[in-house]
Amino acid sequence: MVEIPAGSAHAVPAAEVEDMELYHPKSWWTKYVFSQDAKIIAVQYSVTALSIGLVALVLSWLMRLQLAFPGYFAFIDADHYYQFITMHGMIMVVYLLTALFLGGFGNYLIPLMVGARDMVFPYANMLSYWIYLLAVLILVAGFFAPGGPTGAGWTLYPPQSVLSGTPGGQNWGILLMLSSLIVFIIGFTMGGLNYVVTVLQGRARGMTLMRMPLTVWGIFTATVMALLAFPALFVACVMMLFDRLLGTSFFLPAIVEMGTQLQHGGGSPILFQHLFWFFGHPEVYIVALPAFGIVSDLISTHARKNIFGYRMMVWAIVIIAALSFVVWAHHMYVSGMNPAFGFFFATTTLIIAVPTAIKVYNWVLTLWRGDIHLTLPMLFALAFIVTFVNGGLTGLFLGNVVVDVPLSDTMFVVAHFHMVMGVAPILVVFGAIYHWYPKVTGRLLNDVLGHIHYWVTFLGAYAIFFPMHYLGLLGVPRRYYEIGETSFVPPSAHTLNIFITVMALVVGAAQMVFLLNLIWSLFRGREAGGNPWRATTLEWQTPQTPPAHGNWGKELPVVYRWAYDYSVPGAPEDFIPQTQPATDGVTREIMA
Amino acid sequence: MNVTLLFLAVIGAIIAWWLAGQRLTSKPWLEASPVKTATGLEEPPAPAIKIGLYVFLGVVGALFSLFISAYFMRMASSDWWGMPVPGLLWVNTALLAASSAALQWAKNEAHHGSMENLRPALAAGLLLAALFLAGQIEAWRELNAAGYVLADNPANSFFYMLTGLHGLHILGGLAVTGRTTVRAFAADLPPAQLSLSIDLCTLYSHFMLAVFLILFALFAGWANDFVDLCRQLLS
Repeated sequence: MVEIPAGSAHAVPAAEVEDMELYHPKSWWTKYVFSQDAKIIAVQYSVTALSIGLVALVLSWLMRLQLAFPGYFAFIDADHYYQFITMHGMIMVVYLLTALFLGGFGNYLIPLMVGARDMVFPYANMLSYWIYLLAVLILVAGFFAPGGPTGAGWTLYPPQSVLSGTPGGQNWGILLMLSSLIVFIIGFTMGGLNYVVTVLQGRARGMTLMRMPLTVWGIFTATVMALLAFPALFVACVMMLFDRLLGTSFFLPAIVEMGTQLQHGGGSPILFQHLFWFFGHPEVYIVALPAFGIVSDLISTHARKNIFGYRMMVWAIVIIAALSFVVWAHHMYVSGMNPAFGFFFATTTLIIAVPTAIKVYNWVLTLWRGDIHLTLPMLFALAFIVTFVNGGLTGLFLGNVVVDVPLSDTMFVVAHFHMVMGVAPILVVFGAIYHWYPKVTGRLLNDVLGHIHYWVTFLGAYAIFFPMHYLGLLGVPRRYYEIGETSFVPPSAHTLNIFITVMALVVGAAQMVFLLNLIWSLFRGREAGGNPWRATTLEWQTPQTPPAHGNWGKELPVVYRWAYDYSVPGAPEDFIPQTQPATDGVTREIMA
Repeated sequence: MNVTLLFLAVIGAIIAWWLAGQRLTSKPWLEASPVKTATGLEEPPAPAIKIGLYVFLGVVGALFSLFISAYFMRMASSDWWGMPVPGLLWVNTALLAASSAALQWAKNEAHHGSMENLRPALAAGLLLAALFLAGQIEAWRELNAAGYVLADNPANSFFYMLTGLHGLHILGGLAVTGRTTVRAFAADLPPAQLSLSIDLCTLYSHFMLAVFLILFALFAGWANDFVDLCRQLLS
């Protein structure tokens, strides 16, 4: 038992920022459309991201239909199939997950959770959304452009991505994709500056870094990573645009295409791969770290227990972020690079499993002897832990060069990355939406629809991706439009493919239930009140729900404690909000 | 990617240094206590916009270090022919340095609260930066006329792309400095109100000058000698 003297306070950095002057909207347009309020911008980001995500979902259905019933659907030819793959991948990774976690959750939660009135640069924040929307529109324009969108695969490897054999390569497709990414990165940078500086400068009095909820830590760290990693994609896109439009040879070697010698020569496709994966690997953690943070908060709140090993959790986030910048070439084991590099990158890749495992243990230990409420956010959080462990373990397989080389071009890899960076983060997205929807709208999501959504999505995702590992081990190649007859793929694999496709359709349909729930609950959902989950963090302590412009009414909150005071012995309730001072000389008794 | 990793190491060191001051080893669960107000205890926090600029410069730094990494990696192939650096680039460098110096002068004047020298200093900074841009375009024209066209050789491609990108950044800086200058001339503002804007413009200008010097060293080939030296030391 440790007694805490009341005088152990410390000076607080950067908390004395005076109330910022907020822009006060004068019309409907500036209030709801060209809004500078981070909460509105968050909703705009989320709705746009989810909408374009739906497009990507439909694309995945089309791909699955082709794989299960090759040749049955006349409109899915090889070109279309590759276009579907490319757009599905790029949309899901960049335009859905990145935009939703950072632009959506970041915008909504950062100011509320750190006790700020708004982001520090509201105007840039608004621009960030509109530029993001422009990027999405440019991307979607690819579907309507002559030749359709690019079919280069989401990694856009040159030289094939700019050659005529690839759909959109010598057409509009690749140009629109590259431009869209460049625009996205510009828009993201504006938002990213906001998220970082708001955490640095906008915190309420008493909100030290070590009192921030892990959600903020996750989003903050991911944003710093994104600000450093996205430039690599920017550089790659600009150089590829030069190659494609202006005839330079950054990436393009000497090529004979259809009997004609092209003007290019000497370029290095490997250079592109380095740049792409220098962005691409941190990107995995840009998506994962916010998910880690959010899931920590969901588990702690719904198990009524403080997060286990808060400091370790923070350190692990920072260490994962740092390590993720030195593992990129594990995506390039089969590119013919120096084997010594392979050894180095395999080592760093496996080391990253250590802080990640610490996080998983801490989640489980938080649950241990907690007062677990199996609410929807908790269910999704549990599903996340299981899925992330599954996906992470196959990552350990693939991180080793000797295992990766034979598996690299098979469905095993597809199964791995869908588990770890597709299904796992999206489960957190759902959990977070069920958790924070009452704050955004003032109403709870419907429980019955929610449970249908949860069970079909969770079990269905396993039905889709578990068998895919097996297909990969059989040697079923990925990226193939149709396999045809081979000696090594047994007929049962085709049956399995049909099963996977049916499950994909079912899981997709379950998302419609979710959409229905979002809309229905907006009008008919049960009134939530200000703090339905009896949570400690600041966003649940706002004077109004949904929070008004400026978040806090007249006075900014003052923070007296960390974000995880659940079930404190001796406390009258099982949670103590961060804003509650340690009054009446109560010295807290804590198991040290 | 060594250049990029080096840059990231520097950024990482800055972040680590900053985190070291954030009491990451504290035990927040033991600290349910009121917080001291910082009044009188600490210096006022840096304005958010300044921190924002530092972060932005970090992003720009990452961007250029990635380009420079790509430059070195592409250079390793056999089709690389270095291109001569036009003499005009020396003049341009001088212009950019002078612009930076003028802004530094304006910054000092603003801190001393003197308005008479502030205006010409700002205007000079603006004009010199504009001249730099004009000079860069002229350098492009000269090179083009001499037959060093964009797609001819990767060295040329990098030269045009990197100077172009740097020019775009200067253009952005010009827009902001221009706004500040207009404000300085338009109303009888006290210098203190301009001081922050001028600070930021100066910081940005110094940074872009540093970037240009590095690029110049790259194009002139000195950077290659330096890299060769490093390689020899390593091997």
